Amino acid sequence: MSAKEEMLARIRAATADIGEQPEVPRRYRPAARGPGSADEALVGLFEERASDYRATVRRCAADQVAQVLADAVASRGAERIGVPVGFPAPWSALLPGPVFDDPPLDVAALDRLDGVVTTCAVAIAETGTIVLDSGPGQGSRAFSLVPDYHLAVVRAGQIVGAVPDAVAALDPARPLTWISGPSATSDIELSRVEGVHGPRTLDIVIVAD
Amino acid sequence: MTFLGMPTAPRGVGQLRQEVPFPVAAARALEDAQLRRNLGHATSTIRAKRAAAVAEVPDWAELREAGAAIKDDVLAHLDRYLLQLEEQVTARGGTVHWAGDANEANRIITGLIRATGSTSVVKVKSMATQEIGLNEALAAAGIEATETDLAELIVQLGHDRPSHILVPAIHRNRNQIRDIFAREMPDAPAQLSDEPTELTAAARAHLRRKFLAAQVAISGANFAIAETGTLAVVESEGNGRMCLTLPRTLISVMGVEKILPAWRDLEVFLQLLPRSSTAERMNPYTSMWSGAVPGQDFHLVLLDNGRTATLADPRGRAALRCIRCSACLNVCPVYERTGGHAYGSVYPGPIGAVLSPQLTGVADNPDLPFASTLCGACFDACPVAIDIPAMLVHLRSRVVDDKLAHHRGPTPEAAAMRGLAWTMSDSRRWAWALRAGHAGRLLGRRYGRIRHLPGPLAAWTSSRDLPRPPRQTFRDWWRASGGAPGEQEDTAERGDGA
Repeated sequence: MSAKEEMLARIRAATADIGEQPEVPRRYRPAARGPGSADEALVGLFEERASDYRATVRRCAADQVAQVLADAVASRGAERIGVPVGFPAPWSALLPGPVFDDPPLDVAALDRLDGVVTTCAVAIAETGTIVLDSGPGQGSRAFSLVPDYHLAVVRAGQIVGAVPDAVAALDPARPLTWISGPSATSDIELSRVEGVHGPRTLDIVIVAD
Repeated sequence: MTFLGMPTAPRGVGQLRQEVPFPVAAARALEDAQLRRNLGHATSTIRAKRAAAVAEVPDWAELREAGAAIKDDVLAHLDRYLLQLEEQVTARGGTVHWAGDANEANRIITGLIRATGSTSVVKVKSMATQEIGLNEALAAAGIEATETDLAELIVQLGHDRPSHILVPAIHRNRNQIRDIFAREMPDAPAQLSDEPTELTAAARAHLRRKFLAAQVAISGANFAIAETGTLAVVESEGNGRMCLTLPRTLISVMGVEKILPAWRDLEVFLQLLPRSSTAERMNPYTSMWSGAVPGQDFHLVLLDNGRTATLADPRGRAALRCIRCSACLNVCPVYERTGGHAYGSVYPGPIGAVLSPQLTGVADNPDLPFASTLCGACFDACPVAIDIPAMLVHLRSRVVDDKLAHHRGPTPEAAAMRGLAWTMSDSRRWAWALRAGHAGRLLGRRYGRIRHLPGPLAAWTSSRDLPRPPRQTFRDWWRASGGAPGEQEDTAERGDGA
């Protein structure tokens, strides 16, 4: 018998006594605030929760994005900023040293960047999380990981209420990265230190729809 | 009760067994004042944070109820879900391997690494790979494994063992960590201080080149979705993202119980896990992928290693609901004082006390079910509502049954219990025995408590005091007071026997 058949036979023998399982009770708060439903309160909640992780959050109107991104980059003393395929051209227009990810930058090239700009797929208000799915404007998973500075643009309509809303909105077939603040560790005496292997700085810009 | 045909985790490989009995290891740990300070500080910090993170969620009880039920469904139909997971991962370009025990898993993983031609791997923190002793097996095969989680790196560089599921170096303070880095990290800055920020920066610089050059990575998995073949790794530092994303080959090892049936179930567990473990609304990074991501080879190793033996015990199987959050460790009065090493297994604390003896068979971890006061704090804290105290009591009976089955003639406990049964079955014998207990008053004269019993009874008082017997037995008092309630005679004396 193969290891697989043996394990399956053992599992079947071990669970033979278990009868019909009752249906899973889902009395917790269901998904209720999907994409496109964010009002001022929800946007404010996302801003507050993302700031709690010491991500710097800015808000602006659609026609101010280029200037706000340029200001954010300047405030970090960064110059060489990676720009992924599909990132709206008007938004990256004022970046001082854009480096376009086309053809895709290899890891060594990514390591030489000061930072990257990306969009995101979904943002979660309650937990202050942004989720990237490698869609347009987001680059590969390595793109938003290797450089030390990540500047993410969130459209207000992408902000959902809570975790169930995000799970419902996301496609599991795509590689997903959920990001809640800059990389961090609490491994030394449980005192939190921001900035380990992922980007040490995370800035978020919320664009009004 | 033994479960025939259900092999437990094999001996001689991995880290699931006590090397010294828990009482001995615990007594040693208690003598280490530094360890107790480090643990006390760390566990009280995380307890307070977790309480706040949980209190913020209005439907915590409902999430917990759903989490337990989803995991019970997984266990009830584990064969079906594993096959579905295999089908989905394979359909998306991954390769699935089945490993009956630690040796088989180590053999499979070593073979996969050799096939790549690489002689070094980077590792994401994984309990399963520690359980099976993968690093040791790889070292024996000439493959260098580098732990990339900060705490695991501290443990690895310190030639030490993890002592906590989530914070493996919880037993070390910043001074000790500074010394380990200065001694063992060739590229550590010359004037390294003990500031956590500086220590973290040193680890970042040390691992950076390894990440960018790594060809093979090994990870565990927090969740695997049967419906979609999606794996999820929950982390904080970005070392997980580095390992999962950059190397050409990714090998993930998971215990068979890590499955969730449907994509939707993540809506429950991504709320339960972060708040229970690091006490955050959400951990900094969670990576999810389904099958092989373009440009990467992906292998998934499904591990049994005693899990089906655990699954076979109707009163013990709920231990497999565990999502390794470690909330039960942080609230446990025993763990807080002894630390994780005393438990011997990579799974310490309350969950370890119910999981390790089931994975190995109770004969190989006979003390662990007794390493608890049964206070119930672990049950309250558990996000999937594992009734650890009830399971501990059940496993205690399995330990006793196992001893009886392997002991010639009555054990000392059995002889004592038989004597007690004889005494208690006759009211005159019982009254006499109670009065004979007065002799104990002589022992407790000095401190008001009995600190050391003589002869074979000494074991009972080796780690606890015994109350001094009261001047008068309850029966004598009842008779003397005419059976009337409300008498206030000599309450102080009776009180010290309560």
